Amino acid sequence: MAKIQGWCAGLLLVFCAQAQALDAGLVGRLMTGDSDEKSQAITELVVSGDPAVAPLLQAFADGDLQASGSRALITSGGRIVDAVTAEVLPALPDDHEDLVVNNRMRRELADALAVLKLLSTERADRLSAARTLVNGADDAMLPLVKKALAAEQDSEIRGLLEGVAASMEIRTGDTAQRMAAIIKLGEAGGSNAKKLLLPLTVKNADGTWAEPDGDLRAAAASSLRSIESRLAWGERVGLVFAGLSLGSILLIAALGLAITYGLMGVINMAHGELMMIGAYATYVVQSLFRTHLPAWFDWYPLLAVPVAFVTAALVGMLLERLVIRFLYGRPLETLLATWGISLMLIQCVRSLFGAQNVQVENPAFMSGGVALMSNLVLPWNRIIIIGFALVVLGAVSLTLTRTRLGLFVRGVTQNRTMASCVGVATARIDTWAFGLGSGIAGLAGCGLSQIGNVGPELGQGYIVDSFMVVVLGGVGQLAGTVYAALGLGFANKLLEAWSGAVLAKIAVLVFIIVFIQRRPQGLFALKGRSLDA
Amino acid sequence: MNIHAAPSLVNRIYGPRAWLALAIFALIVFVVFPVANLVLPASSPFHLSAYWVALAGKIMCYAIVALAMDLIWGYAGILSLGHGLFFALGGYAMGMYLMRQIGREGQYKSDLPDFMVFLDWKTLPWTWWNSDQFWWAALLVVAVPGLLAFVFGWFAFRSRIRGVYFSIITQALTYAAMLLFFRNETGFGGNNGFTDFKRILGFDITAPQTRMALFMVTGVALIASLLVGRYIVTSKAGRVLQAIRDAEARVMFCGYDTRHYKLFVWTFSAVLCGIAGALYVPQVGIINPGEMSPANSIEIAIWVAVGGRGTLVGAVVGAFLVNGAKSFFTQAFPEYWLYVLGLAFILVTLYLPDGVVGLLARWRSRFRSGSAVKPAATVKAEGDTA
Repeated sequence: MAKIQGWCAGLLLVFCAQAQALDAGLVGRLMTGDSDEKSQAITELVVSGDPAVAPLLQAFADGDLQASGSRALITSGGRIVDAVTAEVLPALPDDHEDLVVNNRMRRELADALAVLKLLSTERADRLSAARTLVNGADDAMLPLVKKALAAEQDSEIRGLLEGVAASMEIRTGDTAQRMAAIIKLGEAGGSNAKKLLLPLTVKNADGTWAEPDGDLRAAAASSLRSIESRLAWGERVGLVFAGLSLGSILLIAALGLAITYGLMGVINMAHGELMMIGAYATYVVQSLFRTHLPAWFDWYPLLAVPVAFVTAALVGMLLERLVIRFLYGRPLETLLATWGISLMLIQCVRSLFGAQNVQVENPAFMSGGVALMSNLVLPWNRIIIIGFALVVLGAVSLTLTRTRLGLFVRGVTQNRTMASCVGVATARIDTWAFGLGSGIAGLAGCGLSQIGNVGPELGQGYIVDSFMVVVLGGVGQLAGTVYAALGLGFANKLLEAWSGAVLAKIAVLVFIIVFIQRRPQGLFALKGRSLDA
Repeated sequence: MNIHAAPSLVNRIYGPRAWLALAIFALIVFVVFPVANLVLPASSPFHLSAYWVALAGKIMCYAIVALAMDLIWGYAGILSLGHGLFFALGGYAMGMYLMRQIGREGQYKSDLPDFMVFLDWKTLPWTWWNSDQFWWAALLVVAVPGLLAFVFGWFAFRSRIRGVYFSIITQALTYAAMLLFFRNETGFGGNNGFTDFKRILGFDITAPQTRMALFMVTGVALIASLLVGRYIVTSKAGRVLQAIRDAEARVMFCGYDTRHYKLFVWTFSAVLCGIAGALYVPQVGIINPGEMSPANSIEIAIWVAVGGRGTLVGAVVGAFLVNGAKSFFTQAFPEYWLYVLGLAFILVTLYLPDGVVGLLARWRSRFRSGSAVKPAATVKAEGDTA
């Protein structure tokens, strides 16, 4: 049946290529027919290759098409035009009615428009059209796809279109064509190709093979094997990437804590809220760019990063001066007071920006992703966050090891009295160090705003995780924080693939609780014999 | 106090004035509330509506939790951020029994609880074994939090985890348990938890008489917890605990095995929480994993801090003050409640290390002697500093 349909379509292509005006009969079927007739009319219209088809179908898809008997009236752009005769009407006739676009029609129209777009001169149009068609297209479109393939120069689009053509030929071609298509799919196809090949290798209910030709069957089976091994690789690489991505997020969230808790020994339960402040600062910068500098919108992260850092650092320094300073050496009280601060900050943001999440839009270069394999797309924003985490890590470690402030911070945390004796203003250093840690929390929030929701509760979701990272990594060292963050990220994602997200999280928490039993001072604690370490 | 002449048990626990205050409290719970709620007609100006009984009952449950928290934090210097977990476990153990008491009156008219029918389960999971027996539920209420605390504490204290580490680890434990209970597969109702209870021990759970009985049982539990807690902290073990709080290393070098003392008070505290949870669920009518959220457990600490750490009555006073303020603010000015709570956390830690009770004691001693005497509880409450 499909074969005959394809053959008819080929014939039609030959005949209709000469016709300049739309076929009134076809348009009539499109207007008055039932769903099957409509779908066939769409296919035939596309195959006809008439330039007037695209506006007609676009109007249909947009809901700008009215039927008047068997006439099609396009109402887009404020004018009423008869699709066949191109006659402009002054008003809609009395008998006009809306054409209902149901889900099936919408899908078919999208496919048809995609086929038409394959011949566009814009690369982006052709690419998106090819991507639409990969998900399945009417077999009758095959000649058009082949025509587009012959004219296509771009290798990425060619690859996609070859897959589309092969998936059509596997159903409709003669034996040689089908064999070629099966081999082609085995070389390049993804999970879609797997769906096409599977029916060829199974038996019917009565025990006969669904595909009578043994050679084709064998070829399909070998193609399936190569596709499956490729998909498995894609999954493995994807898992590693997901682990790396989660690890980088944990790292950036925990880096600030590594300073305030790891070095200064201040339990800051408001750390997550400082991240939230960074995220909201990003949101404010983004909104300002959108309203005042729309042309430069893609550049807003350049400003948002320093703004997020400074805002969070200022809030942090203020907190240190007003509250935390009085609680040094009383960690449990610090924990409670900073928890109170976090509650107030949450409520404050709620009053200012509302309780709902706000929308932070990615700049254009961060949307989309790199398609490494058919089932593996690495999103740009995740890749950039990994890079961002590395940059922040580098900056923090340089600040601590190569600058005067870093020297003082290390000096004060190692021996406060001695540092004070040699003339370090220890109280001021505390403020600056706390500001640095808070600023890094702000940077983390800025990064998180690019990959997740931004709302008043943003920080609450990370506080347990980031403390786990610091506790696991051990107090006093950045290296421990890095290994702990990456380790937790990978462990979480690997377990997630094996047992589901919630159980993975529970397993990781239980692991940490057990681990702390063995090494109470963390992975990389300095060796010592002190009882009250 | 003179330790050589051992006072009688009654005198050891409280002085005459405190016993009088306790008697007045008992009078209010066992006479004033029942009369005002059940005997007086609704038209009388002295009538207490069911709302007030439920609220007071709920806060008394919280007060038991605060007492438990004060035992471990105020006396042993261990800040637990996991007491919400023990509370919820006690609540779930009681909730299972209450779910079975619904019988076939649920929406699906089945022997199984509604949520199991909804999940298409055919039999009860093993965790529900014997859950239709009240004695079994009562056993679980005590045993589950107690066992968990014992095992967790055994390992934690053996590895000498303390201070902030202990707080963070208990928080992680609570968080993990919350995630577990949110899952439908765990078999405890998932997100929605247990609700729509009908009966307890065969009595209608919504009847005013049943509610009053529950309220009075809670009152008994609260007074008993207070007295037992007082018995513990005035005993020799209680003194060792306070010594551990102030200088653990020194106590160890004196030859005490501090683990045993900490493990005992930690487990006892968890059991108290479980009992409070079991009394809370039938009065409030719902238990869900939200009770285990880390925020709830930290809030318990603020009840104790507001009332005054290291005095058991302070914990009770704090629970009443904070929760009274909470129900007032969440009704009258819902958007300001978090500000008030946050400020309470900050101001109490900065300016009121002894809480309200400590403040009153300071005023009283100033009034008596004309000079400020430092109360005992201002001694640094944590033995270890980072």
